[in-house]
Amino acid sequence: MIEVENLTKKYGNARGINDVTFTVEKGEILGFLGPNGAGKTTTMRIITCFMPATSGKARVAGFDVFEDSLEVRKRIGYLPESVPLYTDMQVPVYLEFVGGLKGVDRRDIKRRVGQIIDDCGLNAVTKKYIGELSKGYRQRVGLAQALINDPEVLILDEPTIGLDPKQIIEIRSLIKGLGGRRTVILSTHILPEVSMTCQRVIIINEGRLVAVDTPQNLTAQLQKSQQIIVRIGGPEKEVLSEVGKINNVSRVAIKENGTDGVNTYLVEFKKDSDGGKDIPPVIVRKNWALYEMRPIGMSLEDIFIKLVTEEKIH
Amino acid sequence: MKNFFLIFQKEFRSYFNSPIAFVVITIFLILSGYFFHGIFLNFSTISFQVATNAILARQNNQLNVTEMVVRPFFDIISMVMLIMLPMLTMRMFSEEKKSGTIELLLTYPVKDSEVILGKFAGCMGIFTIMVLLTVPCFILIGLFGEPELGVVLSGYVGLFCMGAAFISLGIFASSITENQIIAAVLSFASLLIFLMMGYSASFASESLGNVLKYLSFMPHMYNSFAKGVLDTEDIIYYVLFTLFCIFLNMRSLESKKWRG
Repeated sequence: MIEVENLTKKYGNARGINDVTFTVEKGEILGFLGPNGAGKTTTMRIITCFMPATSGKARVAGFDVFEDSLEVRKRIGYLPESVPLYTDMQVPVYLEFVGGLKGVDRRDIKRRVGQIIDDCGLNAVTKKYIGELSKGYRQRVGLAQALINDPEVLILDEPTIGLDPKQIIEIRSLIKGLGGRRTVILSTHILPEVSMTCQRVIIINEGRLVAVDTPQNLTAQLQKSQQIIVRIGGPEKEVLSEVGKINNVSRVAIKENGTDGVNTYLVEFKKDSDGGKDIPPVIVRKNWALYEMRPIGMSLEDIFIKLVTEEKIH
Repeated sequence: MKNFFLIFQKEFRSYFNSPIAFVVITIFLILSGYFFHGIFLNFSTISFQVATNAILARQNNQLNVTEMVVRPFFDIISMVMLIMLPMLTMRMFSEEKKSGTIELLLTYPVKDSEVILGKFAGCMGIFTIMVLLTVPCFILIGLFGEPELGVVLSGYVGLFCMGAAFISLGIFASSITENQIIAAVLSFASLLIFLMMGYSASFASESLGNVLKYLSFMPHMYNSFAKGVLDTEDIIYYVLFTLFCIFLNMRSLESKKWRG
C-alpha cells in the first residue's frame, strides 16, 4: 500500500532523513519510533505530499506522491503532530468543510459527520468552537477530520499525545479497530503503545532506518540470552548450586532476598535454549516450594534504547 | 469548482466568526462617511455662496454635483480601501502558516488554484459588502442634487476592479510570510507605490514616464472610471494586475516543492 524507496530529505546541508526504505502492506498498522528530530515527521510529511523529497520515491496505493499528488491525497487521512485546526469554526461545520474538500458526497455529508462525531466521542462538544476545546477533544477532532472520508491510508503523528489515560485507551482501541480495513502509520514516543497497537515497528534514528520488524521479532533478535525469574522457598546455597547444574544455565543469582527462606532468583539461559522446563523437576525432587516462575522479555524500551545507542542490530 | 466554493464559504464565514469583518467594515464606513460629509458640506457651502452672489455665479459656471462630490468621493473611497484591504488580506495565508493549518489544507485533495481563488473570492465577498454599504451616500446626493447615474455606476465598477487588484496583491503578500504584520506592511507599501508611481513620471524620460504612468493605479481610476468612462484598457489593466498577483501567489505556494 505504501512503498518508500531510498527517501532522502535535506534541509540545507542538514539531513532530515537519509536513504529510508520500507513498505507497508494493506491493512497493516505500522509503528514509527524514534527520538525527537529523528525524521518521523519529515517522512510523514513526504508521504502526505506536504513536502517533496530531495531524492528517492514514495508511492501510496501505486501513486507517486510527487507525480500524482492529488490521487494520493484523496486516499490519505493525516493528523499532524500539532493538530492544526481552524479555531474559529464549530466542530460539525469544520468537519463538513473538511468532508467536502475530501470528496464526501454533499447529500451524504450530514450523515457522515454525525457518524464520525459518534465514533470519535465528540457528541458533547458539537455546539462549541474548536478554539474552546481542550487538548483531548482537539485531538479527537483532528482524528475525526482524518477519518471523515473513510481513507484507505491513515497517517497519524503522535495521535495520543496530551490525552488522559482513559482517552488514550479509547483512541488506541479506535486505531486498532482501523487496522485490517485500513493501512495505518502511527508515530509515537510512547513505546508500549507500539507493542499494543502495531503489527510492525520501524525504528528511525538521526534520519536513518535502524530496524524494521515485528515487536516480537525485535525482542527475540536483540536478546542475547533468555532470563527467567523464579521464587523458590528452600535453602539458599543449595538452590544456587542445584539450579546452576541444570543444562544450558549460564548464571544463577539472587535477585531479591525474601523472608522465611523464600528468595527470588534470576536464572540466565544460553540463547535459543528451552531450559525453563528443567527448573520445576529440580524443585519437586528437592521438595522445595515454587512460588513464582516467569520469563523476562526485553521490553520495547530496552530495544529502543539499545538500537538508538548502538545503531546496529548484531 | 466544489472545492472553490467550499473554501470561499469558509473564508467568508470566518470573517464574521471573528470581529474582523465588523471592525474593518465599520471603520471603513466611518472614514468614508466622514470624508463624504466634508465633501458634501463643502459643495453645499459653495452652492449657497454662488446662489447668493451673482459675480461668483458667473465665475463658477461649472458647479456640478458629479464633478464636485461624486468624483472626489470615489477618490476618497479608493484611498480608504488602500488602508483597509491589507487588513482583510493579511491573515489569508500567513495565519494558516503560523497555526500550521496549511499543512492539513495542502494535504487535502485540493488544487492550489482552488485554495487561492476561494480565499480571493471570500475576501472579495467582504469587500463587496463593504463597498455596497456606501450606496446610501449616493442616495443622499441624489436626494439633494442630480448626480449622473452613469458616473456613479462606472465609479463602482472602477472600485471593484481596484479592490480585486488590492486583494490579490494582499493575498500574495500574505502567502510569502507567516507573520501577519509583515504581510500587511508589504501589501500596504506596495499598494501605495503602485498608486503613487504615476507621480514619478514627470521626473522620468518620456518613455519610462509612460511605462510608470501605465503601471500606476491612479490614471486607471481617476481619469476614467471616476469620470464615467468604461475604457477596456483600464479594465484590462486591473484584470491583468489581479491575474498576475494570483499567478505569483500560486508560484509562492508551489515554491515549497523546490525550496529546501
